[in-house]
Amino acid sequence: MESMVKPSTSETPYTLTIPAGLALDRTSYLELYYFMALNRKLEERLSNLYRQNQVVGGLYSSLGQEGCSVGSAYALQRGDFFAPMIRNLGGLLVRGVEPQQVMGQYCARAIGPTGGKDLNVHFGWVDRGIVSPISMLASLVPVFAGIALEMKMKGKPNVALTYVGDGATSTTDFHEGMNFAAVHKLPLIIIVENNGWAYSTPTSRQFNVPDFVVRAEGYGCYGEMFDGNNVMTALDVTRRARERCVNGEGPVLLEAKTFRRKGHAEHDDAGYVPAEERAYWEKRDPLDAYRRFLDMHRIVETSSEIEEIDTRINQMLDTAVDEALASPFPDPSTLMENVYGD
Amino acid sequence: MALTTYVDAIKEGIWEEMEKDDRVFVLGEDVGIYGGAFKVTKGMLDKFGPMRVIDTPISESAIVGAAIGASLVGMRPVCEMQFIDFISCAFDQIVNFAAKCRYRWNAGVPIVVRGPCGGGVHGGPFHSQNPEAYFFNVPGLKIVCPSTAYDAKGLIKAAIRDPDPVLYFEHKYLYRRIKEDLPTDDFIVPIGKAALRREGDDLSIITYGAMVYKALEAADELAKDGIEVEVLDLRTILPLDEEAILATAKKTSKVIVMHEATMTGGPGGEVVARIAQKAFEYLDGPIVRIAPPDTPVPYSPPLEEAFLPQVKDIVATARKLAAY
Amino acid sequence: MATEPATKRPRFTHVPSDKTKLEMLHYMKLVREIEDRIERKLYRQGRIVGGVYVGLGQEAISVGTAIHMEKDDVVAPSHRDMGVFLMRGITSRRIIAQYMGRRTGLTRGRDGNMHMGDMNYNVIAFVSHLGDNVPVAAGCALVFKQRNQKRVALCYNGEGATSRGDWHEGINFASVHKLPVVYFVNNNAYAYSTPIHLQMAIEDVAMRAPGYGIPGEVVDGNDILAVYDAAKRAVDFARSGGGPSLVEFKTFRMTGHSAHDDAGYVPPELFEEWKRKDPIPRFEKQLIEEGVLTEKRRDEMQMECVKIVDDAVDWAETQPYPAAEEVTRDVYYEGQES
Repeated sequence: MESMVKPSTSETPYTLTIPAGLALDRTSYLELYYFMALNRKLEERLSNLYRQNQVVGGLYSSLGQEGCSVGSAYALQRGDFFAPMIRNLGGLLVRGVEPQQVMGQYCARAIGPTGGKDLNVHFGWVDRGIVSPISMLASLVPVFAGIALEMKMKGKPNVALTYVGDGATSTTDFHEGMNFAAVHKLPLIIIVENNGWAYSTPTSRQFNVPDFVVRAEGYGCYGEMFDGNNVMTALDVTRRARERCVNGEGPVLLEAKTFRRKGHAEHDDAGYVPAEERAYWEKRDPLDAYRRFLDMHRIVETSSEIEEIDTRINQMLDTAVDEALASPFPDPSTLMENVYGD
Repeated sequence: MALTTYVDAIKEGIWEEMEKDDRVFVLGEDVGIYGGAFKVTKGMLDKFGPMRVIDTPISESAIVGAAIGASLVGMRPVCEMQFIDFISCAFDQIVNFAAKCRYRWNAGVPIVVRGPCGGGVHGGPFHSQNPEAYFFNVPGLKIVCPSTAYDAKGLIKAAIRDPDPVLYFEHKYLYRRIKEDLPTDDFIVPIGKAALRREGDDLSIITYGAMVYKALEAADELAKDGIEVEVLDLRTILPLDEEAILATAKKTSKVIVMHEATMTGGPGGEVVARIAQKAFEYLDGPIVRIAPPDTPVPYSPPLEEAFLPQVKDIVATARKLAAY
Repeated sequence: MATEPATKRPRFTHVPSDKTKLEMLHYMKLVREIEDRIERKLYRQGRIVGGVYVGLGQEAISVGTAIHMEKDDVVAPSHRDMGVFLMRGITSRRIIAQYMGRRTGLTRGRDGNMHMGDMNYNVIAFVSHLGDNVPVAAGCALVFKQRNQKRVALCYNGEGATSRGDWHEGINFASVHKLPVVYFVNNNAYAYSTPIHLQMAIEDVAMRAPGYGIPGEVVDGNDILAVYDAAKRAVDFARSGGGPSLVEFKTFRMTGHSAHDDAGYVPPELFEEWKRKDPIPRFEKQLIEEGVLTEKRRDEMQMECVKIVDDAVDWAETQPYPAAEEVTRDVYYEGQES
């Protein structure tokens, strides 16, 4: 089984560095930790609930990809538009979605943002700048090009950001959306989260180049590749991309190198992933690495600061779980609501 | 005879055709190494090799397009859409290329496009659709919806052997719930022929796919009250078996047409129109349709339950019609 | 150092024989004549059914590429590739009958103008949804690879079609599986009224090739010898198992999008500029300089083409229209040989 990743033979642990030019205050450093930890722990709860048959439908995890989601979403500003792909729960949390909303949605309860009409990350609010994806991958690329078009038309200093996986780049919508955005120099940021696998398909079967980012030149737009497991790099790259967009330089295609630590979905044991590849990436876990970073650079004063954040998160999630499980399922009378806008 | 699930029946059908005809091959996402998201192609890669079991990028349009090209030069490709909901991504290739080649320039396109359709599995709007209506109005295509393991195997073989493009919609809810003893010899279920699942004199239910089982359950319920229901399983949606449709309508004079695709514009309307036009004098009551309401397929269990026709709804509708 | 005459300086790796040069000239002239007759005479006289799309000024592309086709290769042309049909052996008679909607045209009156094909000649009929032929050609090439055949698929599109998702999906698929297919792009600067800079944000379509990990080349599409050379390279590459490549021909659409379009949106100076680069007189001049062609022979060749087209038109106009009862035939297989 081919793999695009060469396992590291060195024993040095994966160490995060601060990108040059990125200046963060302590609060921001801790917020980044908070969102990644919340992402991780929230998904752990969802996984447990899935096993208890409380999460309804399929469950897709972003384990190992939290750095990319959180860092990139953190770069956005008010008025920007955001849409997740299936492994960007962390980004939604950064954009203000609350754990109990996520729980309600995943457990198919009436309090979920779609009232039980759709599942997992398929929710959003236009007035909050969050757009719901659909299952057809990359379909949001042209949609977000359209959102970016309006920003350009109205002269708004904003961007539209969404994600695709390595697999979604093979679709018609990806191509047409990128090309359109490039021709019209739209403020669109597309982050390709290259996590090595599209279900069981390795990237070597998805495209014929080792680094997807070379396609940016083929669209005539700026492209950059980055370490998706360094949350600070994700933040920095996205900030700079945002600046380019707001300056009217056209869309930006970013490629995040990362790894999908679980299977395609909860039911998939991903036995097709070579053990060495998995082991390599486990040592590059974004959250573990970031904890080490905070410690090493003494950004946290004591280790109990991290523990306090963790405890706070756990309490929040306890409440969210209890609330969700105690809340009712949607009433069948709501079935016919909202098909049209009457 | 061997006890075989519906999903394995499909696998066996494809497997046997691949064994006897080296023009047959499979392509789709995750069909090789993974054996398919629902394991329909499990084991095929080892047996037939990577040139006949092809793992493609996420490219439904290219999957179908490549199948068209391969068929023009003599092959018999079987495309998998991981969930049939994604067939919409290949709409253009199916409707404008595959369906029209023979008519336009005398080039046959013997492809099969298959995938799991249907709800009842908490799949939500994009993993539960029944797309037959989108293609029903496209001359040049054939559409089949097997309900039994026997038909699943017989129809996939017929589809593969058919000289024209066939859309094969297998219902995911039936995959492992339906088991049947299947003959071990080679058999075909002809495309375009419906099957009587239950005979009765009082009322006909014309349906297909997973709905067949709900119809049969309702029929058992109604029999307790002396209402004998005839259940006609269409099996093929395009072309419709008009002879069988009219025969059952003329026999019972009261007809329910039922499907899991939503009501407005679903194939049921065509069945109703044909009966009304060609068997009007035989009817003793209005032809009634049972189908989900005109909404996307919802996700949460109480919503999905309200959406899908339930046995009790069928029984109630049938009682009312029987009493008309 | 003395400058060598242009004709003696080797510019290309692959150079056709004199015989082939004259063959290519014949076909270029035949394409020009047949399309001129269709668009500027028959269409305006109301003797054509439906629309007309010609490849005026682009003849070198279809001819200089199709010359490399072997009998069992499969070709998927687009609407400005008349040369492909003629070089495959499809007669001018059947082509004119096609344009006239007659029963003996390639589609028996089922489809119009360039929407024609014939698998007996390994020519795939395209559809109006441009770019759809890209995955289809990949599918043919897939079979050649599966069966270990030394066959190649050739696929043609304009630069406009490269914006379509099917173009992307098909090339990506072909590149991942290293299929023996060549993708030609006829970049004639306009897609209907859309100039290049509104179609894509890059100068050359070939800039997309590295993104698919395949070779890409930009070629003067109005120089038949340049076309010949690049096409041979790409076809050989595919045939030897190298996989797909992208060859972009720069040219110019010397007409409107179709016969009814006066192309008023094109700056007249562009027409002037490209007229000077007309591939046919350019090649004729070169051949005369080389001594391969005389002016007399050139004029004779022109008359031969005129005669072929005269005969084709005369024949086509005697051909019956399809009968009304035929309308429902052949939607599905009816037992006839395909």
